[in-house]
Amino acid sequence: MTAVEDRPAQAPEREVGKARRRKEDARLITGATTWTDNMVLPGMLHLAVVRSPVAHGKITAIDVSAAQEAPGVVAVLTGRDVADEQGSLPCAWPVTPDMVNPGHPSIAVDEVNHVGEAVAVIVARSKVAAQDAVELVDVDYDLLPAVLDMEAAVAEGARLTHDHLESNRSFHFVFDGGEAGTGSDTEQAFADAEVVVSRRFVQQRLIPAFMEPRSVVVQPQGDNYTMWSATQVPHILRVMLAMVTGVPEHKLRVVAPDVGGGFGGKLQVTPEEVISLLVARRLGKPVKWTESRSESLMTAHHGRDQIQYIDIASDREGNVKGLRCRILADMGAYLRLVSPGVPVLGAFMFNGIYKFPAYRFECDGVFTNKVPTDAYRGAGRPEATFAIERIMDELAVELGMDPLELRRRNWIKAEEFPFTTVAGMTYDSGDYETATQKALELIGYDELRAEQQHRRESGDPVQLGIGVSTFTEMCGLAPSRVLGSLSYGAGGWEQASIRMLPTGKVEVVTGSTPHGQGHETAWSQLVADRLGVPFEDVEVLHGDTSVAPRGMDTYGSRSLVVGGAAVVQAAEKVVAKARKVAAHLLEASEEDLEFTNGAFSVRGTPGAQLAIQEIALATFAAHNLPDGMEPSIDADATFDPENFSFPHGTHICAMEVDTDTGAVRIRKYACVDDVGTIVNPLIVEGQIHGGLAQGIAQALFEEAVYDADGNLTTGTFVDYLVPSAADLPHFDTGNTVHEAPGNPIGAKGVGEAGTIASTPAVVNAALDAVRHLGVRDIRMPLTPERVWRALHDGGDGGDRATAGSNAYGGASTESTTGVSTPASSLGGDR
Amino acid sequence: MTQINMRVDGVTYTDDVEPRTLLVHYLREQLGKVGTVVGCDTSNCGSCTVHLDGAAVKSCTVLAVQADGGEVTTIEGLTPHGGGLHPMQKAFHEMHGLQCGFCTPGMIMAAVDLLGENPDPSESEIREGIEGNLCRCTGYQNIVRAVQQAAGELRTTGNGHAAPAEVDTAAAPHVAGQA
Repeated sequence: MTAVEDRPAQAPEREVGKARRRKEDARLITGATTWTDNMVLPGMLHLAVVRSPVAHGKITAIDVSAAQEAPGVVAVLTGRDVADEQGSLPCAWPVTPDMVNPGHPSIAVDEVNHVGEAVAVIVARSKVAAQDAVELVDVDYDLLPAVLDMEAAVAEGARLTHDHLESNRSFHFVFDGGEAGTGSDTEQAFADAEVVVSRRFVQQRLIPAFMEPRSVVVQPQGDNYTMWSATQVPHILRVMLAMVTGVPEHKLRVVAPDVGGGFGGKLQVTPEEVISLLVARRLGKPVKWTESRSESLMTAHHGRDQIQYIDIASDREGNVKGLRCRILADMGAYLRLVSPGVPVLGAFMFNGIYKFPAYRFECDGVFTNKVPTDAYRGAGRPEATFAIERIMDELAVELGMDPLELRRRNWIKAEEFPFTTVAGMTYDSGDYETATQKALELIGYDELRAEQQHRRESGDPVQLGIGVSTFTEMCGLAPSRVLGSLSYGAGGWEQASIRMLPTGKVEVVTGSTPHGQGHETAWSQLVADRLGVPFEDVEVLHGDTSVAPRGMDTYGSRSLVVGGAAVVQAAEKVVAKARKVAAHLLEASEEDLEFTNGAFSVRGTPGAQLAIQEIALATFAAHNLPDGMEPSIDADATFDPENFSFPHGTHICAMEVDTDTGAVRIRKYACVDDVGTIVNPLIVEGQIHGGLAQGIAQALFEEAVYDADGNLTTGTFVDYLVPSAADLPHFDTGNTVHEAPGNPIGAKGVGEAGTIASTPAVVNAALDAVRHLGVRDIRMPLTPERVWRALHDGGDGGDRATAGSNAYGGASTESTTGVSTPASSLGGDR
Repeated sequence: MTQINMRVDGVTYTDDVEPRTLLVHYLREQLGKVGTVVGCDTSNCGSCTVHLDGAAVKSCTVLAVQADGGEVTTIEGLTPHGGGLHPMQKAFHEMHGLQCGFCTPGMIMAAVDLLGENPDPSESEIREGIEGNLCRCTGYQNIVRAVQQAAGELRTTGNGHAAPAEVDTAAAPHVAGQA
């Protein structure tokens, strides 16, 4: 090893902050992808699941004989057949010590509790053979009444979702600022208040609707099993499968290959993953299960579904005095991985960016005979943000104040950070005023207000409204000690390894498993800067528990904030080890070495330098290393954040409402988000766009609707309205940057911001357009029918469809598509 | 079983299929053309879009036997083997018109077909032109940008496949860097 002279004198451009186009794209734009369903293994068998057509019933008999004799069918297994080995699907978040968990068999044994629940599985040589045989399984059910309406479910004498439980309540979680010492007495604040506004908001049930349907392949090899799954969480899945099935953890390998979106919907341990593993173990053959879209909408977990009773107290001048939230959160029929944790995460966010002196949050987790709810983009924080940003507008109307002025009067000022809120969170950094000013300029606020005025005065049938949402969220899930204090079953750290290869190339192993977020590109940028190696020389490995053995995966806007921080720390350790080798080879002391642009040089000795790639080769050869040093400069790091991070932003929507037809159209949408340091502006902008689409979709389009018998009537993309390009506007986006203190990158997280912020901005805008016509609420999604009814009949527009067909808790259906008719068949007849 | 003949991505195939077999299942399961994917079961999402005799079709709404004697182009054959990237593929990459990438093959095939009919579409014509293809990740804005860029390139260069096969990960000039 000799000193080299040919290093570029000029510093390479910094990678962090560059709008790098993605490394991931090459395979995705050419169809050279590795989706789980693409896999074909020799001798592979195919699974199809027989599902319950009834929402609640006892299984009295199952006849599988016809299915078993069908051509190509290898086996048919019922819940009874696997009752001793299937365990219970895990819930990792017992939010209260007395939380009731009814247990969740992967295949129902004695009773079914929602439509679509698995009651048997067909194993066949081809997928069509398996699907054909589904029709041949004959299941008898004794019907029980279905519990579908949360408010009815918690009333005295309610019917029961699970007849072996005492009530439909799973838990009652309370956060009281007065009791916690973070605020004053809430009841007193309301007793003393000059103004109190109370509202009931409905967060409709949503479906994550990732584009790639879920798919699982399991290959047994002796007593080892490899599972490929379209999952966000291969590491969590491996641990949980071991705990549920008893297959030892070290005998299990889980791989998440290319995964086509998740949005929380693939943050789960699914019945089908457990079933696939059990079948592969029993038959000793590789198996595959891939769902249809209808199966996905009907049986993959749903999101949101809360009824929120919100009270806000203030004085006449608009200084807020207290906030009281009572929440009913629909768990569905069972508790899944983090079902109870979703509303509890929201408990710390209902106060938003405002300085409430008093705050109390109560939440009941409620069982109903519907598919379980769990994480969906934002998970608890969109619900909280919607409630606070809607009630602030309602309070402004009550006080006769401008909604922005009311917000400004109460929000945390830039100079007050770090600020500990009434919910006990310490908000890290930000400037709400600057973000708001930028957003107002971006949308052209004054012109829009003038146009609104003109339309009102001229009695234009198309009215214009402007809605604002000034939001924050808690990201970077999560400090392990905080998760511990909330009784979550695991930590919130993330792991990374960096391997310096002899040729100077770099492998980065991350425990945060991507499914569209661009980790390979962003992590390469982080490492290129820290090690001074070219962006192209970095390869990011992930998503396979045998390649990346430790990890906590991807959700909660945590990947860059926690996983990226681990990468940076591993890089720092690599440099520290390389420094020892460099000092030895350059015959200098470590203190005299400088590391810049990927090379160590000796202060005051021009020309004497060693590139980190040369050190990697020297370490590989190991001919001449410092005494006692092991021949490696590779490093691992595990990062556990001290605090959450708190991105914030101001979102403004201008909405046209046609008062003749009830049709709404977003005229303009602008937002300014502060997500801390931006590693890749191209990716950040894309995350904001996609988040906005989902938040706007909640406001305007999407709703999972059950009929009075508990059938999902939005079970296809014909009925569940994922927006198309023609349904969405152009977005004007911008940023302010306040670094996250305590995070080595300064990043705060961006994955959920657009979804969390946009929903209330859109609804506030629609209401602003028609409030002068007497409308004070419209239930989401704002379908033309609902808007029209709110305009013409008063109220909030009511249920989505006409009463008597498929309304939420509405009158009973006479439809033959329902399952209460003897002739119906959805996987099994009566 | 029915015998069919089909030319797919420049290769001629003769196979026996069940009459009920959908074109997409024939492509994926019998030919191994897994670049084309299935995203729904009601022909709403467009993930399975391919070109049949030069026009975009959702291959889940076509029976394999209906494509008998036809010429099919999938995302894997959009440019001849070794022919580099199609301008539409390049534009999706450069404009960040994809995140998870599951809808991308179908979206690209639909967008290529759109430009065949309308070489210079407005933003709203693009949005309406691809409304049969759902994307859950991008909010469509960068897909619209990609189609606009590809349209511009195709108008000036004709249907040339000049782009190299390797994607260029240089910084996108249309997005401001962060100091």
